[in-house]
Amino acid sequence: MNITEIFKTMDYGPAPESASAAQAWLESHNRRFGLFINGEFTSPNSEQYFASRAPATDEHLSDIAQANQVDVDAAVAAARQAQPAWEGLGGPKRARYLYALARLVQKHSRLFSVLESIDNGKPIRESRDIDIPLVARHFYYHAGAAQLMSEQVPGYKAVGVAGQVIPWNFPLLMLAWKIAPAIAMGNTVVLKPAEYTSLTALLFAEICIEAGLPAGVVNLVTGDGQTGSMIVTHPDIDKVAFTGSSRVGRIIREATAGSGKSLTLELGGKSPYIVFDDADIDSAVEGLVNAIWFNQGQVCCAGSRLLVQESISEQFYAKVKARMDKLRVGDPLDKAIDMGAIVDPKQLQTITELVASAEHEGEVYRASCPLPESGCYYPPTLITELSPSATLMQEEIFGPVLVSTTFRTPAEAVALANNTRYGLASSVWTENINLALDIAPKINCGVVWVNGANFFDAAAGFGGRRESGFGREGGREGLYAYLKPTHEFPPLVETSAFGANESGVASATLIDRTAKNYIGGKQKRPDGNYSRPVYSAAGGLIGHVGEGNRKDIRDAVEAAHKAKSWANTSGHLRAQILYYWAENLSARAAEFTERLVKVTGCDSNVAQHEVELSLTTLFSAAAWADKYDGAVHNVPIRGVALAMNEPVGVLGIACSSAQPLLGFISVVAPAIAMGNTCVVVPSQPFPLLATDLYQVLETSDLPGGVINIVTGDQTTLMKTVGEHDDVDAVWYFGDAPLSKQIEAAAAHTIKRTWCNHQRAYDWAQVKQSDVLRRSVEVKNIWVPYGEG
Amino acid sequence: MEGHHETLGHVPRNDGIPLNLDWVSAVQVNTSAVERRGATIPKRRSVKKQWQAAWLLKAITLMDLTTLSGDDTEERVKRLCRKAMKPLRPDLVEALDVGSLNITTGAICVYHDMVPTAVRALEGTNIPVAAVSTGFPAGLSPLRLRIEEIKESVAAGAQEIDIVISRRHVFNQDWVALYDEMCAFREACGDAHVKAILATGELSTLRNVARASLICMMAGADFIKTSTGKEKVNATLPVSLTMVRQIRAYQEQTGYMVGYKPAGGISTAKSSLSYLALMKEELGDRWLQPDLFRFGASSLLTDIERQLEHHVTGRYSARHRHAMG
Repeated sequence: MNITEIFKTMDYGPAPESASAAQAWLESHNRRFGLFINGEFTSPNSEQYFASRAPATDEHLSDIAQANQVDVDAAVAAARQAQPAWEGLGGPKRARYLYALARLVQKHSRLFSVLESIDNGKPIRESRDIDIPLVARHFYYHAGAAQLMSEQVPGYKAVGVAGQVIPWNFPLLMLAWKIAPAIAMGNTVVLKPAEYTSLTALLFAEICIEAGLPAGVVNLVTGDGQTGSMIVTHPDIDKVAFTGSSRVGRIIREATAGSGKSLTLELGGKSPYIVFDDADIDSAVEGLVNAIWFNQGQVCCAGSRLLVQESISEQFYAKVKARMDKLRVGDPLDKAIDMGAIVDPKQLQTITELVASAEHEGEVYRASCPLPESGCYYPPTLITELSPSATLMQEEIFGPVLVSTTFRTPAEAVALANNTRYGLASSVWTENINLALDIAPKINCGVVWVNGANFFDAAAGFGGRRESGFGREGGREGLYAYLKPTHEFPPLVETSAFGANESGVASATLIDRTAKNYIGGKQKRPDGNYSRPVYSAAGGLIGHVGEGNRKDIRDAVEAAHKAKSWANTSGHLRAQILYYWAENLSARAAEFTERLVKVTGCDSNVAQHEVELSLTTLFSAAAWADKYDGAVHNVPIRGVALAMNEPVGVLGIACSSAQPLLGFISVVAPAIAMGNTCVVVPSQPFPLLATDLYQVLETSDLPGGVINIVTGDQTTLMKTVGEHDDVDAVWYFGDAPLSKQIEAAAAHTIKRTWCNHQRAYDWAQVKQSDVLRRSVEVKNIWVPYGEG
Repeated sequence: MEGHHETLGHVPRNDGIPLNLDWVSAVQVNTSAVERRGATIPKRRSVKKQWQAAWLLKAITLMDLTTLSGDDTEERVKRLCRKAMKPLRPDLVEALDVGSLNITTGAICVYHDMVPTAVRALEGTNIPVAAVSTGFPAGLSPLRLRIEEIKESVAAGAQEIDIVISRRHVFNQDWVALYDEMCAFREACGDAHVKAILATGELSTLRNVARASLICMMAGADFIKTSTGKEKVNATLPVSLTMVRQIRAYQEQTGYMVGYKPAGGISTAKSSLSYLALMKEELGDRWLQPDLFRFGASSLLTDIERQLEHHVTGRYSARHRHAMG
């Protein structure tokens, strides 16, 4: 086309970024890559390679090694061998390596960007302006985290060897999110990039060499899901971090159950994008471009579920459609396109089939923008008129497809937003700060963007709730994914309940006291109407407790949910109630001491100490209730990222057998201090210390349902708790070897778990801050501001 | 909505509508979001090679070549007019093979006293003369005189009148006064087209910019324009985005197509391309024609000439190789 013609049409022409440097780099490796183990590239033991192709052109880019078990073993062994020295270097020395990596990423940024776009299909604008700068930022931030480790996270140390499996949507960025915090904290890693997109990871391996990173600190094994499975199940891996689908996340949760491996999962989403009628409509429309048409919609936190206030929906949809028609879809290396290629024909097929399935449920609008004739492309798509029950309102599509429905009121917007199994991110558009800051905490998710979408930064934690996974990446909260307390506990020795002696009868001088369950603030007879006797160390019958069953657990969980307004009470109020609890317990300290001696047979000074520690713990929890603050993260926008500590929700807790009072209070008090409600199965051999608390709680103004107590067989009861889909987290400290079962059961709804793995937790040694940290989910609320 | 380029229709003048205060008060602008969008426009769009050359030529035709200095003389204005008629070196026109396009600037923009000179100098061309008016740049002379100034410029042959609004009406949210003032200016213009200068750099917030834009359109502005060029901050992409979105909203509601003129601070070829991309993206191709889009610029032309020479020769050019205005 000549200039005169273009002058008349005013079309954009092609604006290609050159691929020659990236192609030359591939050629310099003869388009074949081995594995990066122990600081060098090695041929795979399998001698097998698979092809990596460019989704835009179907061009064969390279052959990638398929790692087998021998290779994974070698990588893990290298990481294991390197770990002590790497950790031993200390934070400040590690910081220098991370800093070098950040600098090298910047130095080679264009090569990384082009390679990423070729391999993944994402627009060069995104890899150049978003992915790669965020990668460098992540290494810079975590260089600082390493530098300050001893000051920022005292009392914690590296977990050990981390096995990390990452997805194909942000190949190098996800690598950075995994590797930077891990090695900053002194771990070594074995990472598997996604099968479709290994190339930038391999280039990263080269800069590890360039940075002089000690051999074995970073090991990269390429391969398919089999390789990933070998990593996550490897017995010598201490920590597994996975980003990917909820389906695979569940498999990993099950596979690692009971192994004692630390686990973080960053999974799928169906994040709501809420537009209120007082929003800047044009900006909200434009925001969708970043929310759902960013990276072809292949973003776990994509704002894929549009919720629009009814009064503006017609106007809004019209504007969205007009905006969609303006999007340019095409060659990822063209600097002037908005959407590139879908990562793989398989993914394209999935998207196509999902949308086809919705044709009868809603109105499907496909952008009128032209698509390239060949290659893996899908048009920007909007599906309106969907009801919340429509499959596509619930299922993640992972493509450039936006689904939508309307709402009438803020309350309905929240209800719709939370009507999902996921809980990753959310956008809220309104010019009313009261509304924005009211809605943000009410959405069950890990990240909220006010008047924006898809803001990311290394200084702010990212991660989900519910089936979107657990753990945070970025910010101080993200460091804990790669840390464990320095204090470790010895293996657990089972504490048995005492049996009856020959007489086995209660003293006739006592009026019979049979403890029931404590549900919704009331003492409730167990559903089964069975009781279990409790004998003293001397074998005398001290009393009975209820033999709880699954229906009691069901009722207790219901009661815990009904009491959830506890989360909205002020820290000040919760503190007062905890102080009151301490006060009332203190008044009966002698009685509890005596009881401890009687039921456990311990010395009275030991019992006295436990009661005293319990009181201290209550005071500490009360003190923390209004002090366990969130943070305002220093993110590079004009605005704030508010890292708010929110309660996890409903906790199911099985207490330690030993320390029957302290073990109860050490977990329950911090949990409720943070606004959680809980269902507690107390010490199985010594339940009376918990049931004795009923009256203390009742006189302490604790609202009914905040603490629910069901006595009985922990194994039976915790099975029900673990399988209850409306329990958000399960903590298990009992004697029976249930950690595996609980973690496996948690896979179904991706519950948070904290299990003792047969370690004898000594609650006198556990730092309350560790319990508090597990009692909250950090939600990052991004609030950009500015008026003029 | 978009007229096809081959069949560019005549744009009916915006006759304005009755003042609609409900609409004005419902206008929302989220500054951060607008700034983010503004920042991505130059990143999301890029034109290269012959496309870039064509777009730069287009930018020339959209330019109100401007001189608004206290030391302007008739000779200076005549020189500028000759530059407007022949903005490109003939060898470049030939090398680009665009002789048939008959490239001239969109208009000449001067103070009232220079209007007769400019009209005479441009006789026989299609290049209109625009006069800044109404007590430009502050707009604080008596209303009666401001209206009289418009009439005199029109009588002197100005086909376009760039008026300045009373910023105080915006700060006072006195939309009725602003509307009435604009209506009076529009009436005084008669058949001459009127561009309403908002002096956005002084309006402080984008919300003010959006609301003032809307009022001026309701009162019959043919164009809305950012700046006099005399404010500390002149045209920016976020301000432009705010204004063109109001133009879009006004068209959606009334059917009238109102023109846009960013002015001041656009001095590089590259930035002119960003503005063209902004218009194409937000309003469509129809707004890439001189009846709906103008740059107010004085030094932009030289940079465009240099870039076009680079396109032709592959060598980076120097300013002194191109004729000054």
